[in-house]
Amino acid sequence: MNAMPPRTGAQDCGPVTPLRQRGQHEVFCGLTSIIWLHRKVQDAFFLIVGSRTCAHLMQSAAGVMIFAEPRFGTAIIEERDLAGMADLHEELDRVVARLLARRPEIRMLVLVGSCPSEVIKLDLGKAAERLARLHAPATRVLHFSGSGIETTFTQGEDNFLAALARELPAAEAKAPPSLMVAGALPDVVEDQFRRIFDALGIGPVSFLPSRASSGLPPVGPATRVLLAQPYLGEAARALEARGATVLAAPFPLGEEGTTAWLRAAADAFGVAPGRFDAITRAGRRRAREAVGRHRAELEGRRVFLFPDSQLEPSIARFLAREAGAEIVEIGSPYLHRQHLAGEFALLPPGIPFSEGQDVDRQLDRCRAARPDLAVCGMGLANPLEAEGIATKWSIELVFTPVQGYEQAGDLAELFVRPLARRAVLKLGA
Amino acid sequence: MQLTVWTYEGPPHVGAMRIAASMRGLHYVLHAPQGDTYADLLFTMIERRDTRPPVTYTTFKAQDLGADTAEIFKIACRDAVERFKPEAIIVGASCTAELIQDDPAGLAAALALPIPVIPLELPSYSKKENWGAAETFYRLVRAFAPAPQRPAPRVVRPAGERSCNILGPTSLGFRHRDDIEEVRRMLERLGVIVNLVAPLGASPSDLARLPDADFNVVLYPEIAGTAADWLKRNHGQAFVSIPPIGVRATADFLAAVAGLAGVAAPAASPAALRMPWYSRSIDSTYLTGKRVFIFGDATHAVAAARVAADELGFAVCGLGTYSREFAREVRAAAVRYGVEPLISDDHLAVEDAIIAAQPELILGTQMERHVAKRLRIPCAVISAPVHVQDFPARYSPQMGHEGANVLFDSWVHPLMMGLEEHLLGMFRDDFEFNDGAAPSHLGHAAAPVAEAEDPTLVVLARPVAWTGEAEKELRKIPFFVRGKARKNTERFAVERGLQTITIETLYDAKAHYSR
Ligand code: SF4
Ligand code: SF4
Repeated sequence: MNAMPPRTGAQDCGPVTPLRQRGQHEVFCGLTSIIWLHRKVQDAFFLIVGSRTCAHLMQSAAGVMIFAEPRFGTAIIEERDLAGMADLHEELDRVVARLLARRPEIRMLVLVGSCPSEVIKLDLGKAAERLARLHAPATRVLHFSGSGIETTFTQGEDNFLAALARELPAAEAKAPPSLMVAGALPDVVEDQFRRIFDALGIGPVSFLPSRASSGLPPVGPATRVLLAQPYLGEAARALEARGATVLAAPFPLGEEGTTAWLRAAADAFGVAPGRFDAITRAGRRRAREAVGRHRAELEGRRVFLFPDSQLEPSIARFLAREAGAEIVEIGSPYLHRQHLAGEFALLPPGIPFSEGQDVDRQLDRCRAARPDLAVCGMGLANPLEAEGIATKWSIELVFTPVQGYEQAGDLAELFVRPLARRAVLKLGA
Repeated sequence: MQLTVWTYEGPPHVGAMRIAASMRGLHYVLHAPQGDTYADLLFTMIERRDTRPPVTYTTFKAQDLGADTAEIFKIACRDAVERFKPEAIIVGASCTAELIQDDPAGLAAALALPIPVIPLELPSYSKKENWGAAETFYRLVRAFAPAPQRPAPRVVRPAGERSCNILGPTSLGFRHRDDIEEVRRMLERLGVIVNLVAPLGASPSDLARLPDADFNVVLYPEIAGTAADWLKRNHGQAFVSIPPIGVRATADFLAAVAGLAGVAAPAASPAALRMPWYSRSIDSTYLTGKRVFIFGDATHAVAAARVAADELGFAVCGLGTYSREFAREVRAAAVRYGVEPLISDDHLAVEDAIIAAQPELILGTQMERHVAKRLRIPCAVISAPVHVQDFPARYSPQMGHEGANVLFDSWVHPLMMGLEEHLLGMFRDDFEFNDGAAPSHLGHAAAPVAEAEDPTLVVLARPVAWTGEAEKELRKIPFFVRGKARKNTERFAVERGLQTITIETLYDAKAHYSR
């Protein structure tokens, strides 16, 4: 399984020792990643092997039931399966056969482990192997854990990409250096980055996950990996195991983050500094101007970030450095010290960090600090609003295109909106 | 193992959570992994609740398994009691904790907490949300209104001085918030004292006062049925369980309550009850015989069928429920309307049944609302599972006299939009209109079905071919009867062994079926 202890041998790059309190966590489990992954990989079906709770989580987190027949579902384990009246593997085979018959366009089936499947030690690896044999070559079968006992929210994507990394074809021995951008990005952002890399003369460039499972990019010792998301510890490790080198960089949020991130690739591919400046100049200017328009609204505002997606340190860095906000606390479900080294280096010193969560005590801290804005999950937002604290749903940060130059203004605007709304409303007490 | 995409009900511990969130002074300590905390958003987002629901989750992890999950549970219990100072706690396990068998009941008992602890056994792998809510409410009632040691016969209060409890309304219930107001007003107008409303708004100590009432009013049998049965057996309280949804059911309800209260049933309905006149008024004529498909929890589905058939003059063309526990009631009602009852929690089966029934109106849950949108059939929501839209800012009960008015408005207005589409169809050949122009309330994002010219084309494989001309003629028929016309014509053609449908066939079939 994919446990979460910090990587051995990694030096502690963090500027501070985070506060670690053991209490109730208020974060989604990794299953929730499926909500964006199934939109991204268009010929994949994500089959959760779990309980009614898992199915209910997916439907509640996906909000309104917008997709007629989404490319995900839950094989719900029932009493007779547990009582040994039915063989779980046979049952799973039956469910999968029916599913694939109904959805013949599916090229990749992804079995997703849940708490129940893991507690009863249902071996999804074995199941995936067997199903792969049964449904080859039409359908490839993968598996990963999205369970709440192993993963939080975005770690589902991390585990999925790690599984995908193990499936990638090996690059040819003498393949020239190539760039792989790992981490699901909205298509529009992906296309923007691709144009910039082209202009810089960096290539070939691939994206993981790819939009179709048939287009899995090759990986090998000449592959340079740029992480587009900060939560990809397992995926990075799996890509390294395939010989790839992970480039160190901050994450592409805001003008500064995007530039540093692109520069990491440019440096690895020997792009001349002058060329890099020339190619990125227009984007940098647009991003600075767009963020600048919102800066007055955010300057000096005190922001409290609850743990959610692991994007919190990058968001805080953006808010502090580009928008002039004051960060009260950065909460994160997990701090991957090595991948965050670039962010820690940029963050103003002295900001309190917390890793993991005791939600009740964290709320006490938030109430005591009375921030101007709390970035938090959907369970906490309305209660905080009712207490007079403006909030921003953290889930919007993973559902909205926010990376890259052209989205830097949108990113700032996300935080301005709740503040602007308060200024607009004349409702009385 | 069952493959599911969307579910009508959550797991049983979500039902327990709804009871905890309904009450004051009660806290729920749930042994569960972190992802299960998603359930908080049901309350804070869907219902716009302004405080967190009173639930503490232990959020144990894989690394805790086999080591100290039991200890984590005990700490969570102690901390919750200290922090939230509830009058009582309920303790239990989610699906995952059920598998690790930590015995929350025993662990909590061992803590010797200063307050009552009510343990819950909610089998996650066989039961569902409503059952969990009913079981939790029943356990609480038993615990706080225990059966008397030596049952004494009930002292009968004089007629006109009797009181009742209103049982069943909960957090996340479909319009429960407003139903309580409406039912309370009606009861008070009758001269019946309301002793207690539970679980919504009651505290554990309030439950101890339940036996003070002379009888019970069960608004939602799915939630309060078990408790009401128990109260009857152990405290001798009779109950009324007619949901007062619609004009006739409200009258029946008031008559039954009046009987138990020993007062006269109201002779006339209040002037504010506009629904009967609206339904008789001339522009309602076009409602006659509209085919309506009904699906929801048993209480709302059965009640809706009666209103639809008897009070609006619709033709019930489908009736079903996802509440297996109440299948019997729905089957009985289906017989009355001559339809095949649909007892299923598989939304795809419900969708298939809707397509086969070709309704002109769907009364369903949020799930059916989405089906309706895709098939471009007017729809009104009548039952949980709920959506943020089901908590309107305005007063909008389903029950009682005002409830009947609300039903008229909310079921008939989608059809008015249908009439607008009819006009759109009439002006099709006008240069400003075309068949692709959809009314704006259907949204502009082109759904796959909406892209096709005619939804009935996509939905079913056509058994016989249509000539281009016949097809064109068919399009001239208003869209809301077009599906039926198409189906009838095809049946007519198939029965006569025709290979193609011409304009002639179309009108032959029309004449045949209009006889
Ligand atoms: S936390 Fe576990 S049981 Fe709960 S929804 Fe997530 S995977 Fe399913
Ligand atoms: S929303 Fe627009 S198109 Fe739809 S009924 Fe109303 S006015 Fe007509």
